Order: sequence, then C-alpha cells, then structure tokens
Amino acid sequence: MPGLGTTFGRGGATTAPSDLLNSDVILIMGSNMAENHPVGFQWVIEAKEHHGSHVIHVDPRFSRTSAVANTWVPLRAGSDILFLGGIINHILQNELEFREYVVHYTNASVIIPESFQDTEELGGIFSGWDPQKKQYDTTSWLYQGVQNASNSSDKNPAEMSGGHSMHGVDSSTDLSTYEQDLTLQHPRCVYQIMKRHFARYTPEMVERYCGVEKEAFLNVAKLYCDASGPEKTAAICYALGWTQHSSGVQIIRCAAILQLLLGNMGRPGGGILALRGHASIQGSTDIPTLFDSLPGYLSMPKFGPSSRDLASFIKANKPRTGFWNNFDKYIVSQLKAFYGDAATKENDFGFNWLPRLTGDHSHQAYWLDMLDGKMDGLFVMGQNPAVAGPNSGMERRGLGKLKWLVVREMVETETASFWYASPEVQSGDIRTEDIETEVFLMPAAGHVEKEGTFTNTQRLLQWREKAVDPPGDARSENWFIYHLWRRIVEKAKLDPRPRNQGLLALTMNYTLEGDHREPASPEILQEINGWTVADHKLLSGFGELKADGSTLCGCWIYSGVYPSAGRNRANERDPKDEYGHGWGWAWPADRRVIYNRASARPDGSPWSERKKLVWWDEAAKKWTGKDVPDFTATKPPSYVPPPGAEGDAALAGDKPYILHADGFGWLWVPVGLNDGPLPAHYEPLESPISNPMYPQRQANPVGLNRARPGNEYATSPDARFPYVLTTYRLTEHHTAGGMSRTLSHLAELQPELFCEISLELAQELKIEHGAWVTLVTARGAIEAHALSTSRIRPLKIGDRLVHQIGVPFHWGYNGLVKGDIANDLIAISEEPNVRIMETKGLLCNLLPGRRANNVVRLQEYHSIAEGKTA
Amino acid sequence: MIKDLITRWPVVRQILNRADGTGVEAMSEHTLHMRPKNDGAEVAHSVCPYCAVGCGQLVFHKGNKLISIEGNPASPLSRGRLCPKGSDSFELTTHSKRLTKIKYRRPKSAQWEDLDLETAMDMIADRLWESRNKNFAETQDGQSLMQNKTVAHLGGATLDNEENYLIKKLFTAGLGMVCISNQARI
Amino acid sequence: MTDSLTNSVTSPVPYHVTKAAFLTDATICIGCKACEVACKEWNEVPDDGMIWTGYSYDNTQALGASTWRHVMFLEQPAAAGPQQVDMENPFRWIFLSDVCKHCGNAGCLEACPTGAIVRTHVGSVLVQSDVCNGCGYCVVSCPFGVVDKRHPDGRAFKCTFCYDRQEAGMIPACAKACPTQSIRFGELAELREAADARVTELQRRGYTDAQVYDPLQTSVGGTHAMFVILGQPEAYNLPPAPQVPTIYLKSAWTSALISALVLAAIVCGAFLF
Repeated sequence: MPGLGTTFGRGGATTAPSDLLNSDVILIMGSNMAENHPVGFQWVIEAKEHHGSHVIHVDPRFSRTSAVANTWVPLRAGSDILFLGGIINHILQNELEFREYVVHYTNASVIIPESFQDTEELGGIFSGWDPQKKQYDTTSWLYQGVQNASNSSDKNPAEMSGGHSMHGVDSSTDLSTYEQDLTLQHPRCVYQIMKRHFARYTPEMVERYCGVEKEAFLNVAKLYCDASGPEKTAAICYALGWTQHSSGVQIIRCAAILQLLLGNMGRPGGGILALRGHASIQGSTDIPTLFDSLPGYLSMPKFGPSSRDLASFIKANKPRTGFWNNFDKYIVSQLKAFYGDAATKENDFGFNWLPRLTGDHSHQAYWLDMLDGKMDGLFVMGQNPAVAGPNSGMERRGLGKLKWLVVREMVETETASFWYASPEVQSGDIRTEDIETEVFLMPAAGHVEKEGTFTNTQRLLQWREKAVDPPGDARSENWFIYHLWRRIVEKAKLDPRPRNQGLLALTMNYTLEGDHREPASPEILQEINGWTVADHKLLSGFGELKADGSTLCGCWIYSGVYPSAGRNRANERDPKDEYGHGWGWAWPADRRVIYNRASARPDGSPWSERKKLVWWDEAAKKWTGKDVPDFTATKPPSYVPPPGAEGDAALAGDKPYILHADGFGWLWVPVGLNDGPLPAHYEPLESPISNPMYPQRQANPVGLNRARPGNEYATSPDARFPYVLTTYRLTEHHTAGGMSRTLSHLAELQPELFCEISLELAQELKIEHGAWVTLVTARGAIEAHALSTSRIRPLKIGDRLVHQIGVPFHWGYNGLVKGDIANDLIAISEEPNVRIMETKGLLCNLLPGRRANNVVRLQEYHSIAEGKTA
Repeated sequence: MIKDLITRWPVVRQILNRADGTGVEAMSEHTLHMRPKNDGAEVAHSVCPYCAVGCGQLVFHKGNKLISIEGNPASPLSRGRLCPKGSDSFELTTHSKRLTKIKYRRPKSAQWEDLDLETAMDMIADRLWESRNKNFAETQDGQSLMQNKTVAHLGGATLDNEENYLIKKLFTAGLGMVCISNQARI
Repeated sequence: MTDSLTNSVTSPVPYHVTKAAFLTDATICIGCKACEVACKEWNEVPDDGMIWTGYSYDNTQALGASTWRHVMFLEQPAAAGPQQVDMENPFRWIFLSDVCKHCGNAGCLEACPTGAIVRTHVGSVLVQSDVCNGCGYCVVSCPFGVVDKRHPDGRAFKCTFCYDRQEAGMIPACAKACPTQSIRFGELAELREAADARVTELQRRGYTDAQVYDPLQTSVGGTHAMFVILGQPEAYNLPPAPQVPTIYLKSAWTSALISALVLAAIVCGAFLF
C-alpha cells in the first residue's frame, strides 16, 4: 500500500478490472488472478480474446492463470525485485521510457543532494543508516535545496509507523522547492541516479539468480515495453505474491516505477491493479481497523511534541502544498464526527481524548505481548488467526495467554476452539485445563442479514440490502458495538474522572430499528459522508469541509457518497457509461481511473485518440472526458501557481499527482518509506543463496524478524532446509477456510491438504504421487499429500538447482474437511513499512511419511532433516 | 370428470396426439407446471462477501426466508457471473453448522456452555471496564496519552465500512485501544 | 436481451429459446468449478463425497447422479497453440466443463420403460424424478456415462438443463455463473455456427488441433451440448463415435424377425414334407 501511496499519492488500485479491456499488454505477477479473482479475470480473458491483449504471467508456479496466459515465465520465489529491476535497467539503458511523460509528470528531473549515497556506493545500504537503531535517518534522501526543519524529536517515528497514513507527507519539509534539470543529464538528477542504481540488474543477473533464461526475460521486457507511448498502454496486476514479502513494499515500488517510466499511469488500460483479497479489505484500510491511521488515511497522533495539542498535530501533518494541505479540515471534521457537540474550539475539538501511539501496536507486536502474558483481552471479528496468522502455532499459544477472548463469527472457527481442538492440545503438549482463557463465541450476522457498504478493490462502495433477519442470537457488528457502548457508557457516567470525557462525548445518535434495536446503517454512512453542523445538511464532497468545527465528516475520502437525504450513491444501480458511473460510488469523488490528468499531454490534449480519457475543454474552460477528472475541474493546463500559493493552488496545471507536495509521480521517494528511496534487491529472510546483488546485506536491513524461541529462523542457506517454500490460495477455498471448509459444495472440490512438488524432486526423494509427506521449517511441521507435477519446476540458481515447493494454506482442524495448518510453517516477521509477514520464499525440508502419532516434535524433525541432508 | 381423468392418462394422450410417448404426453403434472423456486420471491440487491472483486448478487427471499442467491446481470463489474465461492453464498448463509447461540467457555473448562445474549454482553462490558480501570494511562510526562494497550481488536476485512467505523470510534476514539489490526496487515 | 459477446442476460428481460443448447469452450475455461457449485446450489444436489484423488485439481472425477457439471483437468505434453511457456518440453493445462449432452437421439430416453425420461419443448432430455422408479436401464444406455442412480435414494438423476429456470426465461445456473463465459447457453443453430466460427478463429491463431465435439454423424445425431476442445476427444473421455445402444435394436429385431420367419418356414416345411 505505501508502495503505491508514496509513488502516486494514494495507496490502492488506480483503476478497475474492466479497464483491462483497454490494455495492450497485461502483466500479472505476484498474483494468481484467475484463481483468486475469477470474475474479475473475465476482463483479462475478454481483453485477450477480443481486443488483442497479450497476457504475461510471471510466477513460480504454473497455475490456472498461467494456463490461459499468452506467456508464462517461472521465477524463484523472492527474486521479484531482481526481475523487475532488470526491466527498469533495460528501459534506462536502452532509453525506452516515455520521455515526455517522464520529464513532465515524474520527479526524474529533480536533483538530489551530494550527501546522498546509493547502495552501489555503500555495499547495499543507502546513506543515513544507523546500525544501532537499525533504521535510516532519511534526511539525505530529500531533494536538494529542501530544508528539513525536523520534527524527528518524535521518539522513534519509524517504530510507530504502519505505512497506512499520509503517504509521502512530511510537513516539516517543503518539497515544492526542488531544483531540476529537464534534460535529465545532471549527474545527480533522479534519472541518472536510477541509471547507476539499477546498472547491475542485468539480464545475466536475472538468468543466474531468478532462474529466468535471458531470452525469456528479454521477451517479457520487449512485450511489456513495446506497449508504451501515446498509442499504447500496459497494466500491471499484483496481489499477495508481492505484498507478503520482507521487501514487499519495494517490490510494488518497482512496478510503480515501471508504470511511470513507461507513462502508463492515469491512462486507459494502464495503471496498477492492486488485487485485494477480501470483500471489504479496501474499506477496512480506508476506515481503518488498523493501529496507525484514522479514517481517510489521517495519521494517528504519535506521543511526543507533534501531538502536544491540535495545533502541533496539524503543523506536523499539513504540508504547504498539494492536497494534504487540507489536513486540518479533515481532522477537525472527523473529531466533530467522533465527539459531536462536546468537541469545540476551546478543547481542541476533543483532540486530547484520542489515544497516542507509543510504539508498534500492529498484529505481530501485540501478539508477542500476548504470548508474554501482557494482554487482558482480545476481540476477533471475522478473522481466523489460529489458521491464517503468521506462525499460527504461536498465535494459538498466544490466545491461551489471554484473560478473555471474544470471537464473533458465523461458525466455530479454529480461533474459537483452540483450547480443545488445536494440534498442541491434541498432542498433549498443552493441556486444556491449563488454559485459563475465558472464551465468548458469539454468532454473527451474514452479509444478507444486515445492510451496509463494502469497498472493493477498485475503491468502489457498493451498498448491500438486507434480505432476511440473522438467525437466533446472531447480530451485526453495528449491533454489538452499539450495545457494548451503551453498557460502557453507563459505567462511565458513574466515574467522573477526566479520562472518561471523550468516552462520554462519543456520538452514537443512531435510530434503533426493529426488535433487535439495530442502529441504522444509512445514518452511519451519512456521518461518514458528513454534514454541516448547523443545519445537518449532507455534504456533496470533501471540498466543503472546514477546519472551524462547522462541518462534521467521519471520513473525508468518502465524502460525496451520500450527498443528500435519500440519495445513497453506493446504492445506485444505473450504470451510464464505459466506466460504470451510476453504479455504486468510488472514492475519491467517483473518479474511476485516478491520476487521469496524466491521460492528457501537458497542454491538456489527449496523448492520442485511441487512449483518450480526460482532456481540457478550452471553450468550456474545464476538464472533461469519460471519467471524473482527478484534478481541480477549472484549473487550466497552462496554470502557473503564483508565489506563496498554498495547497492545490500551489500545483501547476501539468502536475497530475495532486496529493504530492510537488505534484509529481515519484520515481524517487524522498519521504515516507523506511527502507529506501529506491528499491534494492534483498533476499527473503530465509534464502537458499546469499544476496548476489549486495553480498554484505543479505536481507532487508530494516525488516524486523522478531526472532525468539518458537519463532526461529533458518540460516541462509541452511543445510536442514534446502527447498524454497511458497504458500498460496486455491480458487475453491477462501483464506482460512471458515467460509469454505464448512460448506459441502466447496469442501468436496478440494477436500485435503496437498503440497505441489516437481517431478524431479519426487523422483529424487522417491516420493510417490499422492503419498503423505511432512513439510518442516524452523518453526513447525505439517503433513500433506504430495502432488507431483510439471507445473512446479526446479530452477538453476547460481551453481545449483533450487527446488520450490508450494502449499495452499486453507486447512485447519474444524469444518467438514480438515487438515494441517500451513501457516504453522511461517515466521512472525514485519516488513519495515507495513509490518506484513513473509509467506513466500521461506526455506523448508520435505520428509516422507505422515506427522508421526499426531505429535509435533519439531526438534526431532530438525535432526532428521539434518541427518538426511548431511 | 371421468373424461378429464381419461384424457390425462399418458397412454391416451399419446394415442390422441399420435406421439411416441417421450414428449409432453409423458409429462407429469409436476413437470407440466414446473416453475423456478424463486418465482414470485422478493429480491434484495447485495454484494458477494468473499473476494474484493465485489460481484453483484441477487438475493431471493420470501417471508424472512432465504430462497436462493445468484449473480446480478446488471452489475458492470461482474455481469451476472459468480465464482464457485460466490455461487455457494446460499449454503454459506443457511448451512446447519451456523452458530445461532452463544457458546461460552469458563477458564480451564473442557466444554462449551450456553449463555444468553444479554448476559454475555454484560459480562464482556464488565471485563472491558475492569481492564480499563487497571491499565488505562491518561497522561505521561504531563502530556495526554489516553491509552489502554492491554485490550486488542482483530478483524475488519470481512466487515462493513459502517461496522469498521463504529469499531474504530468506540475502541480507539472512546476507549483508547491502540492495538487494532485486521487482515490488511496480514 | 443478451450481450453480443456473451450470453449473459444483461437485463431482467426473460430469455427464451426454441432449441436449447450449451457450447462449452475449453480454451477460455479457467477451471474454477463455479459451474459445479452453481448447479448444485440451484438444483439442491448433495455433495458427492469428500475424496481427494490427486488427479490434478479434479476431485470430482466424473459426472453422476450427484454431479451434473464436472470440470476436467488435463495436464498434457503439448503446446496450447502459440502459448509461450518457458519449459524445455511443450506443456499445457486444459480445463473443460463436462455436462449431459442432451443427445439428439438419447440412449437414456430410448431405454426408459416408465416414461420418466422425456424430451421437452426446448429439446432437452429431462428425468422426471416423480415418475422414475429406479430401474437403472437408463444408466447402461448412455454412451457418455452421464446419468446414474443416487444412493440411497435409488432414483436416476442428471442435468435438467435447468428446465425450471428456462420456463421462467432464465438461463441455466452454470451458464450464468461461468466467470469467463466458457459455458454459453443459447439457440442450438446459433451455437453450432458459433462453435465452427470459434474453431476457425483458433486455428487461424495457431491452435492447430482445435476442433468441435458434436457427434452429428453417429446415431446419437448430434448433441445439444457441444464442446470446443484442443486435441482428440478421447483425452476428454468423450467417445469419438458414440452410439445409442438401441440403434442396434432395429437390426436385432430385424434379424430376429427373419430368423423367426425362417424357423417358421422350416417348421411348416417339416409338416408339409
């Protein structure tokens, strides 16, 4: 998410699956789109069959996506930056970039100060590395001439970041005062630094360390790069094959850089389709049940000088230029939504009632606290960490250290039944009577039993109507939170300490409907949309927000979804055009292809007739076209900002990336990422080889591996674990299986856990097709059927043959079909920007036979593995 | 009436129509009057709860009972189509292992017990309040902290925006819970 | 009305055909099995057992009384037309959704002694569950191994062509769900033409072994569920020359008649001479 957010200004897919009909080339990598987004994939098939699109799939496995692609290229799991960096280098060395786009719409021309040193000069790290703190001071990454009036008196700011807010914003600097060389010749302009940085990412390196033959690599590079320029565009589709890596954000950065270099962003058939995995995971990032952001990607206050009071907080988050200059309007309106009339100018609109962050409060961090007995309680709503969490065996042990656990679900998941049904309990390692956790398993309403919105992967809000009541005591989460709040507030009324002021001020003024007294969802969406306080008039967009407390708005990017009473745009089903306007409502402002200013030339005319999307209408003096312009409608292409201009007015008429202080697409990220202004190849946390690009820096130096007993790592390489493991999904099941293993029609399609191994490995280890095998990593051991197939290949990496093994992660100990839990094999680790764990590209071993006697004795397996490979 | 009975007899229909006994003449009443099970049902417009494509769904129901779920052809995203999971949404909602009552486990117990909804809500509110009393930190070094780090929340990608909003509002803005996460991190 | 590109009904307007047909195209199938599930959900067909076969991703195995759409998975050492697959040896993974063929001359229908199996006005072959007595004669008479008896129920079941849906102007559940419209539903004559056009197009693009499977030249007399496949039908467990078993009845009865007449002549002759 910050990969896209820092590069372009907003995290999230930049286009819709249906726009793939306009793509000349579709590159699918880090994704198995046909299996995990089958109905979205219809657009790929139609593009290929009826519009002449060439579909390229790059993936360690030949999956159901590969089967229908025009070109499939296998590569080693974990070598994506090497591969993509190879294409970047190919473009720069051969001057294949879409020059005009790059010069005008990206920061390629911006000059970087001499104090910056690249990984080429420092053996794999950038300048600013603090080996004690294991962090970067990113000052030397800023543009030349830009001052850093540092706010880094904040304690450990990197430690408190989670990558989900205010991408690329640091209001202590003024990025708009850059220097540039439009000829791209200056040795310290971004373009030239990139050329040097990627110079060793050659086709030979790709062949040797990705396992991709030079011809195959150059074929992909040519196909993809040819689909560039005014007349052609290419799209990139990715999913968790890219995100679940210790350098996941930088992998995505490579794709973002490629799409900027080739001028594909903001154009029909271009863009980046970040394929998210759950019905409303986009929504749960926009309105975040995440620790590090407030709704609309606003920063959570971090304990320290920047959150001493509202004025300091605004100062730290309101850059002078670009759209984030409106930060104060967004935060004040949100505080009014939270605390209502009690939020006044005098009390900073209740800012001091918000909690401050004091460190890393992410899933992995608080789970480790749970393991250490520091947590009282946990609410789990519609998630199943006992199966899907990283190092799920440790997650289950963590649950056993809670005082109380509330699980809200449609079925009894593994998370709810860990205390009697988990492998650790079944094997006798842990005894039920020793687990003190009090457990409340509460039935939850399903999607047709409550009304509300989901936000899908293309940022589209769609309303769901309610069909039937939830059965028995099942209720929605709205009901649960509201009636919990009601009880808590009764207690707070009896406790007049200042600590409860915010709690008592919290607004929950929703009409209660029906016998169950369900809070009315439309009213909640209206609050998210916002209204003027004085007359409760609904707002038609974030442009109406004010910083003086006269407006109220739960989430500024959703403002406009409910612009008047009775008009819920998420509930509209009348598509009028190619982009589906009239069906649902997309943020921001119903723009379907964001950054679409870039679909026109600097002078406002389309790049070509074939690829026109949005353009300047000189007669009407506004931007017009097939989509809502992602630009101030009346700002002409020729607009030059007057000196001292602020906010959006400070951005010229040819700057499409309006969230950025400089209006550029960022090839180079001066602020906002913890591990580098440019991507660099590091090996995964466990790797069969040492880093061929930077031998002194094996893995991402800023990543956290959280190593501790129970969460050990293999060495890189490791004689005990010679094979590369990757985990993935199948189309028949859904994530942790709670919504598929419990259903007969899905369970019968894939009833048992299997792992995919190459025919070569099966032969070498004398494993019969279908036989039981045990997969072992440094953390766990599971049993699975061996499915030997030519769809998985050993690859020649360096001087050796590296075998890859794949395992789907859907199984658990509940449901109609059961199986071992694949995530017991993976580690709790944190990528440095978003803190996601690494599930692809780990090391494992494979032993014949079932897990003996249902007992997990890891040390035994490790000795066997050592003996076997010795 | 006798005439009616006779003319409905398949053999008679076959002879009268000079048919070979494999067409309409051999159809039972049930077949002759066959209608789809969602005939005359009400339709709710919904969205598939599985992946993030957001396929449109038509939810057929009558008298608070679910009849069937299929794709919505009017959706420009999905054009009426559904993958195997979306196609199984009816079973997802109606299968026999759906929880309808609360299951409660006492500390150290080896079994589930029943618990009514209101009591469960009271108990949960009690525990939340107890943790807050013990562990809530109002200030640190004279500055507002307003934090309880000992109660956490997990989940959100399968929930509605409205639900995530209320969770964030109560847990974070109201109760100072900073340990909040969901599948977006995973 | 239907899309020009697909057959998904894009408006609530009812869609009726005179002669119903399926065209199932292996070259755009992604093996997702939405068809299997959509069919079972609509027709309330029970699960067919939780059996892991290890045979590629196919755990369904075959059509039967409780499986009316079956997706086959073929891993083959051949190239799929011009597809670029970075392997030393050619390789392709083909998926095809098999279904009851609703034969022009249906073996099951010919064999059924109770009149349970009928031909509907849209030309489909329907097993009437309220008439079926479970004799099982249909099972051995299908040249494709489609219809079967369900245990312990005892009656015979197979694809109904979603006759109930068609009566109300809706298309079959599998065709509606199919994400890539590999399964198309429509008029038999139109889909026969579309099949030929598709194969011509595929061959032009380099899929030299593309062909239509629709055994018109046999006693089955063509099916109302045609397929576009790559390679030989045998690889898909489709008989290249299926016959309706009762086709042999004509010659059998004729031979019997002749034998009877000859025997009668001999017996008469024995008395005369």
